[in-house]
Amino acid sequence: MKYQSQSVAKIYFIGAMVLFAAQILFGLIMGLQYVIGDFLFPLIPFNVARMVHTNTLIVWLLMGFMGSAYYLVPEETETELYSPKLAIAMFWIFLLAAGLTVVGYLLVPYATLAKMTGNELLPTMGREFLEQPTITKIGIVVVALAFLFNLTMTVLKGRKTAITLVLMLGLWGLAIFFLFSFYNPDNIVRDKFFWWWVVHLWVEGVWELILGAILAFVLIKVTGVDREVIEKWLYVIITLTLVTGIIGTGHHYFWIGTPEYWQWWGSIFSALEPIPFFAMTLFAFNMVNRRRREHPNKVATLWALGTGVMSFLGAGVWGFLHTLSPVNFYTHGTQITAAHGHMAFYGAYVMVVLTMISYSMPLMRNRVANSNFAQVVEMWGFWLMTVSMVFITLFLTAAGILQVWLQRVAATPMSFMDTQLQLSLFYWLREVSGVIFLIGLVAYLWSFFCKGEAARA
Amino acid sequence: MSGTFTTSAARNIFFGGTVFFALVFLALTFQNERIIPQRDQRAQLAANPGIAVGKRLWETNQCIGCHTLLGEGAYFAPELGNVYKRRGPDFIKAWMKSQPTGTAGRRQMPQFNLTDKELEDIVAFLKYVSEVNTNNWPPNVEG
Ligand code: HEC
Ligand code: HEM
Ligand code: HEM
Ligand SMILES: [Fe+2]
Repeated sequence: MKYQSQSVAKIYFIGAMVLFAAQILFGLIMGLQYVIGDFLFPLIPFNVARMVHTNTLIVWLLMGFMGSAYYLVPEETETELYSPKLAIAMFWIFLLAAGLTVVGYLLVPYATLAKMTGNELLPTMGREFLEQPTITKIGIVVVALAFLFNLTMTVLKGRKTAITLVLMLGLWGLAIFFLFSFYNPDNIVRDKFFWWWVVHLWVEGVWELILGAILAFVLIKVTGVDREVIEKWLYVIITLTLVTGIIGTGHHYFWIGTPEYWQWWGSIFSALEPIPFFAMTLFAFNMVNRRRREHPNKVATLWALGTGVMSFLGAGVWGFLHTLSPVNFYTHGTQITAAHGHMAFYGAYVMVVLTMISYSMPLMRNRVANSNFAQVVEMWGFWLMTVSMVFITLFLTAAGILQVWLQRVAATPMSFMDTQLQLSLFYWLREVSGVIFLIGLVAYLWSFFCKGEAARA
Repeated sequence: MSGTFTTSAARNIFFGGTVFFALVFLALTFQNERIIPQRDQRAQLAANPGIAVGKRLWETNQCIGCHTLLGEGAYFAPELGNVYKRRGPDFIKAWMKSQPTGTAGRRQMPQFNLTDKELEDIVAFLKYVSEVNTNNWPPNVEG
């Protein structure tokens, strides 16, 4: 760690880990409700568990991005952070807002929460992933603006690098597209149309810039390859991302009341979206193969390579699987979507945040890398989580294929609920994989507490 | 990568490419705004204020946390974009009143305690959604 103020990243990463654990526990609850329908009903209805699962996911990823940015920007710009105090204050405000929101989901019926928080003044609640009360959304905007202000001021006074430029573009884009969550017209077609400007333009647009920048930063550090080479790769990757991904939004405009021409634009451009993910995989492996040093933090390199591979599989391969409109006609809104959503989120964004944590946490704890033992435990976490996520994806894909067949293709289609009963075996297998994921997470978290002789520079 | 392809060239291609394709996307969006009035049933929306009330009830009871609507949402419970066509208004109202089923081991839907007027509005909303032109999605009435 070169600059004292980089250490504000630490609390962001710790907060992220706590929410990550909560996310997985609620995932397991839902997984059980899929097969034992009345499990915890009416204490925790499925929709409540789902909100907690997805919202904690998004918030901890945002915390991960923020922590990463606070660590990365001072080092890249070669100057202390503009205001470490502001960064710390914003962390607590963010955590408090997220905590209160989750408590609200769990303790009162959603309709009551909507009333308590004055949703009718500016109705934004009740849409997938954007379930947060309007005041929480405003809180998120305030935190994001303070964060961007802090970083922008830092960048302005320091060295300008391609990595910081790309990271800042991604983060500003994240905040700007979130503003569409405040637009909620009565017209369901327009509501859905602009909802995707948050969701799609995040994960297949600006977040990929953040992903690329963090990965590039860590690769420079662990491989010692020339910045020049890495920055060129970064620009090529994000060019491909936005050239394909912006119009690729059209793959969500096939069946929601929007015109037919989106089937062409959406299918063609989104079919090209795997290319930047593939480039990212090549990038990671290429840089590691050309490394000029052996960094003692082996497990950080493993996470970086894993991000390359898993984001390509989850977003690239599983995305392509259902992105052409004639296929999507049958798979739209089935377990295929859930399979893709899991592997893509895990492979791209969960893994890149864990990559950054793995690289930077030891440095913030005054060592170049953790002890060999701690690294081995962390590698167990890596493999258990990654392999069980592959299995979750495979089981959901199997369930999805069967669902499409029974409910949508067969000559005498089965009802939704009867079809679900036929899929129980796969849901049980998914739940078992989820338990293994949890074991992997415990190993991962445990690795932070493992002692042993730390590596020195 | 070769020596002639400089970082600043890469950056310029990035900005140029992004701006160009963002503009194409905006053009497609404007065209979209021009066409959807023929498809999105906005006349119904203007004629019956209950639909907007129904949409708000849909949102504040978080139906999307279990159900899909036009294929978007959660995959735990039946598609409701076409439930008006599958089941009709009376079934929907009776269904909402009789939840939860309490059938052991079966997936449960909560009781939302909606008034008759509110049920009317939810049904109006579901009818409106079911008449949006979705290019013939879903493949069949089961959703
Ligand atoms: C906690 C999850 C959950 C929530 C929230 C929920 N539902 Fe349901 N809903 C279900 C389940 C599960 C079924 C299927 C139950 C069965 O078949 O036994 C169902 C079935 C239905 C059906 C019958 C569908 C058919 O084709 O037979 C309608 C209509 C319905 N729900 C409307 C709503 C509305 C409107 C809301 C919001 C006010 C809502 N639901 C919220 C879980 C939920
Ligand atoms: C890291 C990047 C990505 C993430 C995190 C991601 C995540 C998701 C999620 C969570 C959904 C479900 C949204 C909902 O609930 O309605 C979804 C839907 C979808 N994604 Fe991705 N995705 C990514 C990249 C891609 C790519 C590259 C493609 C195409 C090649 C793609 C194609 C699709 C399609 C077609 C759908 C709609 C599924 C449906 O019709 O039900 N995604 N994605
Ligand atoms: C880091 C790991 C995980 C990530 C990133 C993740 C992400 C997500 C996302 C994005 C959704 C919304 C899905 C969609 O709309 O397509 C979701 C839903 C869900 N997740 Fe996870 N999840 C993870 C782990 C788990 C685990 C371990 C389980 C349990 C075994 C689980 C069970 C579920 C269930 C049951 C749903 C609801 C699907 C539905 O709507 O019907 N998840 N998760
Ligand atoms: Fe998308």
